Amino acid sequence: MAIEATDITKHFGDFKALDGVSVNVPNGSLTALLGPSGSGKSTLLRVIAGLEEPDGGTVRFGGRDVTHVSAQNRGVGFVFQHYAAFKHMTVRDNIAFGLKIRKQPKDKIKARVDELLGLVHLTGWADRYPAQLSGGQRQRMALARALAVEPEVLLLDEPFGALDTRVREELREWLRRLHEEVHVTTIFVTHDQQEAMEVAEQIVVVNDGRIEQAGSPADVYEKPATPFVMEFVGPVTRVGERVVRPHDLDIVQDAEPGALEAMVQRVVYLGFEVRVELVPTDGPPVSVQLTRTEADALELAEGDIVWVRDGRVPARA
Amino acid sequence: MKGLRFAALGYLAAILVAPVGLIFYRTFERGIGAAWESVTTPEAQHAFWLTLVMVVIAVPLNTVFGVATAMLLERREFRGKAVLNSIIDLPFAISPVVVGLALILVYGRTGWFGDWFAENGIRIIFSTPGMVLATIFVCLPFVVREVQPVLREIGTEQEEAARTLGATPAQTFWRITLPAIRWGVGYGVVLSTARALGEFGAVAVVSGRISGVTETATLRVQERFEAFDPVGAYSASVVLALMGMAVLLFMNLLERRRRRMAA
Repeated sequence: MAIEATDITKHFGDFKALDGVSVNVPNGSLTALLGPSGSGKSTLLRVIAGLEEPDGGTVRFGGRDVTHVSAQNRGVGFVFQHYAAFKHMTVRDNIAFGLKIRKQPKDKIKARVDELLGLVHLTGWADRYPAQLSGGQRQRMALARALAVEPEVLLLDEPFGALDTRVREELREWLRRLHEEVHVTTIFVTHDQQEAMEVAEQIVVVNDGRIEQAGSPADVYEKPATPFVMEFVGPVTRVGERVVRPHDLDIVQDAEPGALEAMVQRVVYLGFEVRVELVPTDGPPVSVQLTRTEADALELAEGDIVWVRDGRVPARA
Repeated sequence: MKGLRFAALGYLAAILVAPVGLIFYRTFERGIGAAWESVTTPEAQHAFWLTLVMVVIAVPLNTVFGVATAMLLERREFRGKAVLNSIIDLPFAISPVVVGLALILVYGRTGWFGDWFAENGIRIIFSTPGMVLATIFVCLPFVVREVQPVLREIGTEQEEAARTLGATPAQTFWRITLPAIRWGVGYGVVLSTARALGEFGAVAVVSGRISGVTETATLRVQERFEAFDPVGAYSASVVLALMGMAVLLFMNLLERRRRRMAA
C-alpha cells in the first residue's frame, strides 16, 4: 500500500520535531528514513504508524486518509529499536498476540505462528521467554510478531541499532531478502548511511525536521541536493572552496593547472582501498581515497610533494 | 566492619526484638490457656473480625485506585498532574489522629453531609463505614508509590507494540501492562495490608471505641491495657503481630518468586 505523508508538522513543547514534511512511499517499496539523531525521522515514522498525532498535515494509506485513525486500527506492523518484547509471554505467545486479539481460531493461529517461526529461524525457540534470547533473536521475534497479522505497511524504528555489528549485517541482509519474498511496503529509520544504502530502494534524508532529499541510493550519493546530504551520506573532504568525495580525487606527481600542491602526511592501507592524508601549501588538510593499485603505482611516501586534482574533471591537455 | 555489625544488631535488638519478644513472653507467662481464653471472648473475636473487614474492604479499593492513579500519573499529561502527585503523599505526612478529626468534620453529625446522612439513617462516624474510610486514607499511597516506578521502568514500548497489533486500550492494560507491573502491585498490596492491620490513630478517633461493636484489634489492645488486663492486651498483640508476620512472609515469598522469574 502506498504511503503519502503531506505537510506533517509536530511539536513537542517548544521543540519543532517536524516542520512541514512530505514523503511519498510507493506501494511495495523499501524506503529508508535517514538522518542524524534528533532530526525527526523517528517522529515521522511514529506519525505514520499512528503512535503520534501530528499537529498538522495528513497521512494517507493507498489514498485513504488515516490521519485520525488510531494505531490500533491502522493495520501497520511496527518494530521497535529495543524490541518491545512482551517479557511475560513465550516467543510463541508474542508472535500470536495480534492473531489472538483478532480472535482467530486456535489451529489457524498455531499454523501461522509455526510458519513465522520458520521464517525468522526461531522454530526451536517457541517456548522460551524473551529474556532467554539474544538481541538478534529478540528482534527477529519482534519482526515475526509484526508480520503475523499480515500488515500492509511494515515500519521499523532503528531496528538494528541496539545490535552488534555482525548481527546487524546479518539482519540487514535478511530484511532485504524478506522484503523480496513478502513485498510489504516497508519504511525503516536509521542514522547509519551505509545501512540505508545497503538495504533501501529509496532513501529519504531527514534533517532538522525537514526533508533534505528523497531518491535512490545512487542519486542521493552521486547527486546530493544539499551540502548536508553531501556530508551525511558519504565521506567528504575539502579542496580549497569545494567539498568533494575523497574517491573523486586523484594524485599526480607533476604540477597541473587547477591541481593543488600538497605534502603527503600519512598513507593508510584499508584493505583494497588506500587513504592518503595530505597537507596543502595553503588551506585545510585533504583526504584522498585511491585503489591499492593506484597507490602502489604512485609509490607515495610521507613527506612527498604531489598534486591533488578532481578526478571527475578530465585533465586539460 | 565488625563494629558496624554489632551496632546494627544491637540497635535492632533494643528497638525491635526485645519489645516484641517480651510481648510473646508475657502473653504465655501464665500458660497458653489464659491467653487463648482472652483472644476467644466474643469481644476479642469481633475485634479481629473487624480488623479483617477493614483490610478486605480498604486494600482492594486502594489497589484499584492505586493502579489507576499510577497509570494516570505515568501515562497521561494533564493539568494539575504535579499537584495530584504530591497530594498522594499526604497520608504519610499527616498524623492519623488529624486524619480522623478531618473525617469527623466532613462526615460527622455536624459535618457537610451530616443532615443528609441523619435524614437517611446512614451512620458514618462512630460506625464501620467511617473506620473503613480512615483505613483507606492512611493506606492510600502504598500501591501508587510501588506501581509508579515499575511503570516508568517498563516504558511505553510494549504498550505501543500491543496497540499497533490491534489491541484496544483495555486489552493492552489487561494483557500487557498489568502482567508487567504485577510485582509492584503485589508489594503495594502487602504494604497496604500491613498498614491496615496496624492502623490505630485515625480509626480510634472515628470509631467511638465501643467494645464488641466498633473496636478493631489494635483498639482492643489499648482498651485491655487500660482495663488492667495485661494478658488480654498482650495476647491480642501477639495475634496482631502474627498476622503482620504472615503478611511479611508472603512478601518474602513474592520477592523470591520475582527473583526466580527474572533469572
